[in-house]
Amino acid sequence: MTLAAAAAHPGFLSPTGIEIAFVLVGVATIGAALITVTTKQLVHAALWLVVALGGLAVEYLLLTAEFIAWVQVLIYVGSVVVLLLFGLMLTKAPIGRSPDADSENRWAALGVAVAAAAALVWVVVDAFRTTWIDLDGPAHGSTETTGAFLFRQWVLPFEALSVLLLAALVGAIVLSRKRSKEQS
Amino acid sequence: MNDVLDVALRLIIVFAVFMVVPLVVGQTEHKVMAHMQGRLGPMYAGGFHGWAQLVADGVKFAQKEDIVPAEADRRIFQLAPAVALLPYLLVLVAIPIGPSEGAVGQVVDAGIFFVLAVMGVGVLGSLMAGWASANKFSLLGGLRTAAQLLAYELPMLLAAASVAMAAGTVSLPGIVNAFEWWWLPWQIVGGLVFFVAGLAELQRPPFDMPIADSEIIFGAYTEYTGLRFALFLLAEYAGIVVLCGLTTVLFLGGWHGPLGADGLGWVWTLLKIAVLAFVVIWLRVSYPRLREDQLQRLAWTTLIPLALAQIALTGIVKVAIS
Repeated sequence: MTLAAAAAHPGFLSPTGIEIAFVLVGVATIGAALITVTTKQLVHAALWLVVALGGLAVEYLLLTAEFIAWVQVLIYVGSVVVLLLFGLMLTKAPIGRSPDADSENRWAALGVAVAAAAALVWVVVDAFRTTWIDLDGPAHGSTETTGAFLFRQWVLPFEALSVLLLAALVGAIVLSRKRSKEQS
Repeated sequence: MNDVLDVALRLIIVFAVFMVVPLVVGQTEHKVMAHMQGRLGPMYAGGFHGWAQLVADGVKFAQKEDIVPAEADRRIFQLAPAVALLPYLLVLVAIPIGPSEGAVGQVVDAGIFFVLAVMGVGVLGSLMAGWASANKFSLLGGLRTAAQLLAYELPMLLAAASVAMAAGTVSLPGIVNAFEWWWLPWQIVGGLVFFVAGLAELQRPPFDMPIADSEIIFGAYTEYTGLRFALFLLAEYAGIVVLCGLTTVLFLGGWHGPLGADGLGWVWTLLKIAVLAFVVIWLRVSYPRLREDQLQRLAWTTLIPLALAQIALTGIVKVAIS
């Protein structure tokens, strides 16, 4: 994990085709994400979120994590954003700008975002400084490798997560039932 | 250079299939519906049994004025048909019709995930159209589309997961390669769930509540005219082809058949797709439209328990035979 070991490898941005594509898609994704949080048109924000999440899926593909990329599209673009749009359609979101679409937490949100991004970048760079993906060999992110990895080494966290999701599901049902009883 | 040529050729062929086969399904729908209802259907365009009717329809759509409502969100309104149509073109690339390398546009490692993920994106087109039209009927159609997603997405994924478990792979050619004839009774419940959920995804009768013409005019597509409207219709027919192709590949054994498995496997695939497409049309003329809440009830009390039972059965048999 020393700088000398890092220096022995190719630079972070040696201009091969894939890396150029990675940076370009990354810039587009960040741009879409920025528009998502700054635009005053609510439905446009949701659709720019689609672009940002789709861009992230392309980044996963470029990093050879094919399985993760398709799951990203399936869950986030295909389901989460659709639910978001469904929710927006139930509101009075106008076509055009919503003048009151400002929670006045702009600076606090920016601070949290910058802090989170800095922490993540620092952790990832520090952990994977000397790890390089060999793009020529068999794909490291293929479904088979991911599956074996997930269910051999990480099966306990996986099961814990599924219990957490189940608890959330039951909680949601309980909350919705209680409210409807009070109304009737 | 050879690689580039190969990729280009495959894409051109897939695109040609994408442009032709949905039209064939559309023309079949004209004729099959007509005969089931004791009438002739379009008979004049092109001479023999009105074979050119859809071409004539296409010319008509191309000539119509392209209108964007004054209050609509212009760019999203214009973008929506492309978002609805393109996912089906992408999915078609990954569906294998024969055992050889050349019989699939592109082998995708995580085929099932790719196909289901990309198909799911098509819904966004209807939602964008429904919201951007600035029309109450369109908005109702969009709402119904999104509500419908809650019903069909989960049973569809669970049914597909059952086949992936049975085959031990998520690649589409890999699944068909692993197919044995006794998978047919083994996976039949999953197959039915997948097909019914797929019909709901395509918004085909009896699940056409989002475009119910007798209730909300034409749902999300009410304000569309000309070519953009035609693109939505094309998306529906391309969706039929994709759904029937997927059901064939996942549950009916693709190119496996009683005879001619070596050279003529693709004939079996096409035959099965054609029969399923006929069933889709048949259902349209034989069942009344469900209500949105009836679809939710069907999905959550019937389809999902059946799909879960199918997964349990698949797991038990899989462990028993290994």
